[in-house]
Amino acid sequence: MDCNQSGHTVLSVVDGKIVLPKNAYNELGLTAGIEIHQQLDTKEKLFCHCPTTLMDNAEHTGEFSRYLRATESEMGEIDRAAQEEMKRIRKFRYYTYRTTCLVENDEEPPAPFNEEALAIGLTLAKTFGMTPIPQVHTMRKLVIDGSNTSGFQRTALVAINGALPNGGSIETICIEEEAAQRVKDEIFSLDRLGIPLVEITTSPCMHTPEEVQQVAEYIGMVLRSTGKVKRGLGTIRQDVNISIKNGARVEIKGVQELDLIAEVVRREVQRQQTLLSIREELVKRNASVGTEQIDVTDLFKGTGSAILKKAKKISALVLPGFAGFVGCELQPGRRLGSEMSDYAKKCGVGGIFHTDELPAYGVTAEEVAELRKVVRAGEQDAVILVSGASAKQADCAWHQVADRAKVALSEKPVPEETRKMLEEGSTAYMRPLPGAERMYPETDVLPVRIDEARWNAVTVPELLTVTAERYAKDLGLDPAVAKQMAFSEERPLFEQAVAKGIKPTLASRTLLATLKELRRDGVEAGKIPDDAIIAVLEAVEKGSAAKEAVPELLTAIAKGSTVKDAMATLAPTVSRDELEAVIKKIVTDRAEFVTQKQKGALGPLMGVVMQEVRGSVDGKVVSELLRKEIEIVLAGKK
Amino acid sequence: MAVVKLSSGYNIGVEKGCCTLVAPAPAPASHMAPVRQDPKLPELSIISTGGTIASRIDYRTGAVTSQFDADDILTAIPALAEIGRYRTKVLYTILSENMTPAIWQELARAIHDEIKHGVTGVIVTHGTDTMAYSAAAVSFMLDTPVPVVFVGSQRSADRPSSDNAMNGVCAALAAESSLGEVAIVMHGTTNDDYCAIHRGTRVRKMHTSRRDAFQSIGIPPVGTVDYASRTVTLSDDAVKRGTHKLALHDKLEPHCGLIQFYPGMAPELLVAYEGYKGLVLSGTGLGHVSTALIPGIKNLIAGGTQVVMTSQCMNGRVCDRVYDTGRDLLNAGVIEGGDMLPEVALVKQMWVLGNEKDPAKAAAMMAADLKGENMRRSGHGL
Repeated sequence: MDCNQSGHTVLSVVDGKIVLPKNAYNELGLTAGIEIHQQLDTKEKLFCHCPTTLMDNAEHTGEFSRYLRATESEMGEIDRAAQEEMKRIRKFRYYTYRTTCLVENDEEPPAPFNEEALAIGLTLAKTFGMTPIPQVHTMRKLVIDGSNTSGFQRTALVAINGALPNGGSIETICIEEEAAQRVKDEIFSLDRLGIPLVEITTSPCMHTPEEVQQVAEYIGMVLRSTGKVKRGLGTIRQDVNISIKNGARVEIKGVQELDLIAEVVRREVQRQQTLLSIREELVKRNASVGTEQIDVTDLFKGTGSAILKKAKKISALVLPGFAGFVGCELQPGRRLGSEMSDYAKKCGVGGIFHTDELPAYGVTAEEVAELRKVVRAGEQDAVILVSGASAKQADCAWHQVADRAKVALSEKPVPEETRKMLEEGSTAYMRPLPGAERMYPETDVLPVRIDEARWNAVTVPELLTVTAERYAKDLGLDPAVAKQMAFSEERPLFEQAVAKGIKPTLASRTLLATLKELRRDGVEAGKIPDDAIIAVLEAVEKGSAAKEAVPELLTAIAKGSTVKDAMATLAPTVSRDELEAVIKKIVTDRAEFVTQKQKGALGPLMGVVMQEVRGSVDGKVVSELLRKEIEIVLAGKK
Repeated sequence: MAVVKLSSGYNIGVEKGCCTLVAPAPAPASHMAPVRQDPKLPELSIISTGGTIASRIDYRTGAVTSQFDADDILTAIPALAEIGRYRTKVLYTILSENMTPAIWQELARAIHDEIKHGVTGVIVTHGTDTMAYSAAAVSFMLDTPVPVVFVGSQRSADRPSSDNAMNGVCAALAAESSLGEVAIVMHGTTNDDYCAIHRGTRVRKMHTSRRDAFQSIGIPPVGTVDYASRTVTLSDDAVKRGTHKLALHDKLEPHCGLIQFYPGMAPELLVAYEGYKGLVLSGTGLGHVSTALIPGIKNLIAGGTQVVMTSQCMNGRVCDRVYDTGRDLLNAGVIEGGDMLPEVALVKQMWVLGNEKDPAKAAAMMAADLKGENMRRSGHGL
């Protein structure tokens, strides 16, 4: 078999994207569900009173270091995902900030459950038509990859059984703690740890890659409708659960870009299908997995490969019948060998070498031939090399690779896994799917009762899609602008402005266009207080400032000027009488010009008047008065 | 509310009426491999009294309680097996706030028995709240030729980040070291880098929750244990192994009290201590209480109560010869407690009054330094 041709369904690639015949996903039995994690925009963190502000790593005030160890769950089991992480003893370092406290340091018991976060969770639950949990219990979910100082993530199930427009359902809503952000390697930043997250889990109710993306978009829209979620890159992450017929459930973590979801699904389908095909071929070839760990350290004593030269121990694994398949591409940029390498990396090694890609990386053809001879590998056989900084490490990695190879050959050749997304939508192995063993009660947090009165008091927000329609219909905004305004972060300010009598078009133009232009011109628009924006727009509505003066006024305010000073300097108040006098004088002084240009004098004279009144009067008013004045002059001449 | 565990692992609380008991939940079973003991390693004794180092979740109350024994500690901290072989004895499984002087006595006897048996060192696992009291009590009751190491943890053992593993390993190393006194071994900093070895009579829990809550007061720690390299370093001041012969003096006078003075404190409060054999005052500054309290103190002393003055400053020495109030207190018969920590002075008073009936001799013992608790000189720390 050419390893890139699936035995099940023909895959073709167009413009770098995988394309399948129509209905192919149904035939493949694609089932997918998603978990959406969205940061909540609360004042304080979930279990302490620190702000939910992200900091610059350079601002860290100190650091400390810890080890984490897997512990037994209440049922006396160690979670398999936790055990996998335990293969290496790792010391983690954590950055502290002036915005973090002893709770993030795992040095103080948690504060009571953040009521604001719970309220947002309940709002979402009601919006999705869910059933709230009568008494919410906080759990500890074991996570010992260092991203939680405690070694667990606190999480609580808040509601169950919601409905989705595609006919599928939302299984659960949980409120949980955000993890610490990895700075690099084993260093983590504590500013993000403890920010409340809502986790929305759908049932496995999607059957095409596009449907997965649509559902994700819908849930994202509902989340934003609350007006209580954080915005920007990294504030929302999607995990996708995917399986196909004869494949296995695989959870892909951390898809940040919505646009990539469909592609991630396509690539995972491709990966599982290829693994199934490889297995069929391996069985035909009567392939097997070697049982002997062969020490070939001496063979590479004088090698040109820097990695092998450095190794304290190099072990070989023979995979009879695997030749050609270890280098087989499962999805763009990923081979069966990459999967084996990911498993080996859990022991701390940098990766593996295999004969499908050798000679390369400083390993010569002669060395490969010698290796094949020493380990007695035939042409149909693949040989894997693992090199360790210690015999123990090499041994650990050898077993990991052998285990992964056995899976490839087994009746279930797609292992259940948690995987992480790589750039462009391919994925790499992270750890086995965690089991229920990783959950045990957070005994330091008291349960929270959600009684009928509390549930009844929860209000459902207007969905942004409805808001957009309302803006178009009731406020007269252009439908595209209405949608943009509804989905914008400035929506609350827009509503506030409109409520104060400011014209929707003026408010939307200022909030969507003017602020953006100012930012582009280097103005720190973030420094303009909301009430200053409102004050400026109100002045325009009242006629005491021209709408043409808005950018200048906002720029001055961003630079530190008060609204009053900015108005005085850039839009001094001109009364109607004063304005009429100014216009009369300008037109009279230029009577000859007016006679010459007739009505065409209006344009040039507008500029003169506007300069004189310095942006304090609306252009429309000026133009009207000016036109009248010109008409008077022209009538007088007749 | 009934708590239900879902197959996802989440617990939820529902009305009891919604549930039917199908079968009781299976008893938790430990799947960890049993720890094998290496007969070539030195023998250490672990005496378990409870506390966070041995804590687990209580499904009855949902809170963390101490319920597992020394064997479980070995199972939970497998690294201990590389340091020694262990005799384990469960004396109590209580949180340390429930300790009593009677339990201190039992503990001292149990430690004495273990040392007599010939172990290289003794480790006592203990809740951290009153660990310093117990360490001080054992310090006075027991003359020990080998290390007696108290250890606990600030973060419960069921969490991956618990300090129990590092503290336990460091305690075992200290128990094997050339130390020859009663000590507390706990995290030296917030990092998992080293543990400090604190003298049992000069140590205090100075933080409610931090790992490095235990601090030596008035002296530096008598040693450190580096976790990564597994090395013990003792200071010149540490009492070395074999300095003292094994002896047990396990009498305590339980009728002793400790009160902290505060401005405006009512003199009537002292009446409650009438009939007590001893009372330790935690005074202000150099060792003062208000003038209004002096008649009551005089009265207590006349009634046969030994009154000792210490300072709530924690750091520094009492001196009642500087101000008038102090002189009045001395005239009333109050004994200056030197630089003793108030709670150590209390424990010492229980021991002194339990073993010495002559008031003058007892007073002299209170003023003397018996187990490093009352230093002759005040270090400047520079």
